[in-house]
Amino acid sequence: MREILSVSSSPHIRHHETTCGIMTDVVIALMPSAVFGCILFGFKAAAVLITCVVVAVLSEYVWDKALKKPNSVKDMSAVVTGLLLGMNLPSAIPLWQAAIGSVFAIIVVKQMFGGIGCNFANPAIAARIMLLVSFPASMTRFMEPISDTVSSATPLLYAGGEKSFVHPFKTLFFGMHAGSIGETSAFLLLVGALYLIVRRIISPVIPACFIGTVALLSLISGENPVISVFGGGLILGAVFMATDYTTSPASLLGKAIFGVGCGIVTFVIRKFGALTEGVSYAILLMNILVPYIDRFTLSKPFGYIKPGKEKAE
Amino acid sequence: MGKERILRPIKRIHGGMFLPHLKNTADTESVVMPPPNEVRIPMLQHIGAPAEPAVKVGDKVFVGTLIGKAAGRVSASVHSSVSGTVKAIEQITSGGRDIACAVIESDGLMEKDPSLKPFTVQTAEDIAAAAAECGLVGLGGAGFPTSVKLSVKDSNIDTLIINGAECEPYITSDYRECIENYNDVINGVYLLKEKLGVKRVIICIESNKEKAITKLYTVATDERDTDDTVKLMQLPTSYPQGAEKVIIYSATGRFVPAGKLPSDVGCIVMNITSVATLYRFISTGMPLVSKRITVDGTAVKEPKNVIVPIGTKISDLLDFAGGIKDDAAEIIMGGPMMGVDVCDKDAVIEKRNNAVTVMSERVKEPETGPCIHCGRCAGVCPMKLYPSMVDAALNHGAFDKLKNMNINYCMECGSCSFVCPAKRPLTQVMRLAKSELRRKA
Repeated sequence: MREILSVSSSPHIRHHETTCGIMTDVVIALMPSAVFGCILFGFKAAAVLITCVVVAVLSEYVWDKALKKPNSVKDMSAVVTGLLLGMNLPSAIPLWQAAIGSVFAIIVVKQMFGGIGCNFANPAIAARIMLLVSFPASMTRFMEPISDTVSSATPLLYAGGEKSFVHPFKTLFFGMHAGSIGETSAFLLLVGALYLIVRRIISPVIPACFIGTVALLSLISGENPVISVFGGGLILGAVFMATDYTTSPASLLGKAIFGVGCGIVTFVIRKFGALTEGVSYAILLMNILVPYIDRFTLSKPFGYIKPGKEKAE
Repeated sequence: MGKERILRPIKRIHGGMFLPHLKNTADTESVVMPPPNEVRIPMLQHIGAPAEPAVKVGDKVFVGTLIGKAAGRVSASVHSSVSGTVKAIEQITSGGRDIACAVIESDGLMEKDPSLKPFTVQTAEDIAAAAAECGLVGLGGAGFPTSVKLSVKDSNIDTLIINGAECEPYITSDYRECIENYNDVINGVYLLKEKLGVKRVIICIESNKEKAITKLYTVATDERDTDDTVKLMQLPTSYPQGAEKVIIYSATGRFVPAGKLPSDVGCIVMNITSVATLYRFISTGMPLVSKRITVDGTAVKEPKNVIVPIGTKISDLLDFAGGIKDDAAEIIMGGPMMGVDVCDKDAVIEKRNNAVTVMSERVKEPETGPCIHCGRCAGVCPMKLYPSMVDAALNHGAFDKLKNMNINYCMECGSCSFVCPAKRPLTQVMRLAKSELRRKA
């Protein structure tokens, strides 16, 4: 045995889970619907996804190099951001626009605020909104599945029930309809969600509250809740974007409030706003409110007595 | 009676987590270590004031001879663990204090002190006196003098909790005590119950120690327990189940407010080995002079439990236990979660130790990354704290914020550091924050 013993602070063992492992799990969970999106919308969809991921990783790398910071590419978070952004874009978007989105997500939203763990909003969501505002035409030009024809809209347009067109439930659930690359197949997204929940990467509270609130409000207001839930980007947003660790509250109660809040805002935008889709705005808005939710919902420690009460005894 | 005796926990604590059990030594009989050539017995092996040396250089001592007299209200006596001659009274540095330490050269005979005789116990005061004579301290690791704990006069105390949770990985010394000395455990429990006048006794053992539960169950069901007040409780195997506040909550549903003691909520918590040791002292007169130590860890060749004379050097113990591998890099007093690294192989086994864990050089640990706010640290914290926020506040030097974070609730169980995927040293941060706050106050 060596004569020099190493001395460290307890605990002396660590769990094997790492940041990189968590991010890889998220990528694995996203894979089924990403691959399905590529099958559904063809080569162009794959090109968009690859562009987003590659540009996101490159932006991260260049930023680290330029600022002489430790290389943060290996924590996989840039891959997650790029993939999520790509899955939120329609397949017909020009690649250069997708690339701008990725750069914006990584440089402006993530790194300028301090990198992983410091961003105030989900980078993919913020970039998607930036693209939606900057390039509204290409961001709303959805393709019909398998064919090369441009679709008028996603099924969400019909949620109000005024128009006669209604997708059968099966089509909606398995995702054979127009939409962003990764949002169509509710089934595969839920498979991914299940994977993340079983692996304890995410807590089911936010997705359940988010989706539940939207379904309930649609039902009350006389809309078709099936289309509201399965027709748009709700499941993708609720499972993969609203649960972003950095931009969601810490306590269970906070998570519930956050989820319900997202649901209400989504519903209000879809119902009363000029936009058909409101998930990303809802998440962005609630992201900004997280510090306030946290402030009021953090739990008290075990065995806590209010300082004033103790003196009274 | 019957199935009623094995209770389910009343409450389940927030947080907690599953650790690898690694109880490699659970099924191996303990071996008794022969006396080493020399033992070094410090006068401070407990919380409180050090004992005063009661022997001079050249004195002949036997096993069980008083060599250090308890000094002050919170203190504990120290006894010789071997027979032989006092070679020196040295000053050593332990925990930042100068402590007298008796160096005793062993004659290898292990003669018992002829003056030792069984202790008669009639009242609750006698129990506390017995604990004082025995030099008994909390053997779970805290080392709080048992006599002080038992002399608390409070008519509200109705529950005695026997802590056999042993939730740290590797350690099996309490478990082996239940298996090998189950009679001492049960007799001790009945004695304490009778003399302390508590309404009920709950023996708490984690569910992964099924054999210990079965063993105690068969022994406990005897005619002495006419009013059915001694119960076994099977606790879920989760870390840190054996922490005092956690076990009280699990066993009784009561919670100990910050800054209060278990006696304030009517409970006394005693380690299971402490109970057995106290009984042995009362029936034979032999004070606490040896300790069962689990020797295990990734760098130990033959993991085993060893009954070690107190004051034995760690290097002697490790040699006796079969040696350590070449890649050994870290010797931990205690388990890997809360144990303290020793910087010196000549450090000695104290009363409150229950394990020596030797770890190999760590597999290259992933470097520390930024916090990703995953909330795992808060999720496992048994005290419902938010270690990641303490980390941030400390890094920003936001002391006014730190003050409101209830950092003093932290018991440093290590769970937050263990789970952190970014490998941030959160437990260390909590310690640092505590001392920073003390410094500023």
